[in-house]
Amino acid sequence: MSSNMVAILYLISALLFIFALRGLSHPESSRTGNIFGIIGMIIAVFTTLMFKSVLSYYEIGAAILIGGAIGSFIALRIEMTALPQLVAAFHSLVGLAAVFVAAAAFYDPVAFNIGKVGSIKVASLIEMSIGTFIGAITFSGSVLAFGKLQGTISGKPIVFKFQHLINALIFLLIIFLIIFFVVNQSPTIFWTIVVVSIILGFLVVIPIGGADMPVVVSMLNSYSGWAACGIGFTLSNNLLIITGALVGASGAILSYIMSKGMNRSIINVVLGGFGGEQDASASKDNSDKIVKQGNAEDAAYIMKNADSVIIVPGYGMAVAQAQHALREMGDILKKEGIEVRYAIHPVAGRMPGHMNVLLAEANVPYEEVLELDEINHDFPMTEVSFVIGANDVTNPAAKTDESSPIFGMPILDVEKSQSVLFVKRSMATGYSGVDNELFYSDNTTMLFGDAKKMCEDIVKSLSA
Amino acid sequence: MEAHSSEVFVIGLTVFFLACIIGYYVVWSVTPALHSPLMGVTNAISSVIIVGAILASGPQGFDTSKIFGLIGVVLASVNIFGGFLVTYRMLSMFKKKTKKNKGK
Repeated sequence: MSSNMVAILYLISALLFIFALRGLSHPESSRTGNIFGIIGMIIAVFTTLMFKSVLSYYEIGAAILIGGAIGSFIALRIEMTALPQLVAAFHSLVGLAAVFVAAAAFYDPVAFNIGKVGSIKVASLIEMSIGTFIGAITFSGSVLAFGKLQGTISGKPIVFKFQHLINALIFLLIIFLIIFFVVNQSPTIFWTIVVVSIILGFLVVIPIGGADMPVVVSMLNSYSGWAACGIGFTLSNNLLIITGALVGASGAILSYIMSKGMNRSIINVVLGGFGGEQDASASKDNSDKIVKQGNAEDAAYIMKNADSVIIVPGYGMAVAQAQHALREMGDILKKEGIEVRYAIHPVAGRMPGHMNVLLAEANVPYEEVLELDEINHDFPMTEVSFVIGANDVTNPAAKTDESSPIFGMPILDVEKSQSVLFVKRSMATGYSGVDNELFYSDNTTMLFGDAKKMCEDIVKSLSA
Repeated sequence: MEAHSSEVFVIGLTVFFLACIIGYYVVWSVTPALHSPLMGVTNAISSVIIVGAILASGPQGFDTSKIFGLIGVVLASVNIFGGFLVTYRMLSMFKKKTKKNKGK
């Protein structure tokens, strides 16, 4: 195949990837988009297999079959609530693959047309080591994020003295190592870069707490793209450069949206340590306030007599797997002629769009699921807000209390609805460690218990 | 073909910046409800890095580079199949529900 033909096929593949992303602008076009993506990937793989230098079809075929079988098995078996950790795990593989490709290029530069062993071109060496560096960080950062999301490692931010200074020094060390590597092309230094980058990846994610995970997962998504870009430059492969840039941009935008949803800068999230040490004084003054408690029958009664209900789901709903029971509750209310809608805060859950997927899984029509901007002005006209497994994203302190750590964060104005029902396990504060004054408000009823159990009980009372 | 003359690098850089700009506009047009599938798709397509891994695995015989390449192919394949399939699963849940389907 001529090199022009290859370039054209790669271009088609890159265009198909762009269409794959474009399709996601609407649920109806998204499935076609995904198919475009798959076709693009098939074209890219087969074009590469047609290269004259590619001869070992059996080995490559076997490798694709093994990887494909593992990937398919995992993707088909995974519970939708476990999506965030799955995505983190996949990111780590992209990072690791980037490291291996860079290593392969380093050990056999002739195959990639970038020089001979011991005399690889300087530009290629720089690109290669940057790709390796980002790939290795993506790998270890994602492994740690996976552990935190899975619960294998505590989700609490781990902070220690001189953390940022240490990270900065390690980063400088890596820059020196790269310069050293470019000069003497030693394999030892190559692997030292890998190891040190892996350590840096761990250290970067370790101070970031559980609820900041949407930002971390997006950021690692972005890194995996930049790693692919670095390899693309090493191999002078436009397809890799384009795809890497698309993924990098995508992850960066998601990180931006997520940090804005928390009114924090990306830098602030990256530096981490938020919500680790709770300020005890903040919650003290509320200890003598009265909380109105209710049970499932009360909740059923309140909602049955309303005209409109807005449901605000949060991470707690995912943990309790309450989405199906919740949808059932919504269905009964709708049958009674009550308007039921869902309000999603940008950072609800552990990854961007987490709540939307869970509700979609439970067969909630996506037209009923609205974003913060779309629904926030409707709360004053709403009779009941049903908050399930969310806390900080409804806390009015974000608007009124300048001293609050969450001040300035956009919140769902549930306090403006006539009454608020809070499904919660206990009075514990949310992730930010801030007490929610809404719990003590006159029109709030607290429903203590497991989110799923509570929904099932409400369903029972509603149908009784 | 002499790769990596400075022209090649500049062409790469041009492609890179233009792709970033396309990525920027395309991703902003993605509806927030589909941000999870977006991560799934980007995950799958970033594994196009398999192209590099295949090139490394290409030559006959076995050497260090080829072994690295094959490992790269396996890792990237996990992602490609896994990423597209999990995205497919997510997206099929976002089908328009004309009738209320009961059950799971």
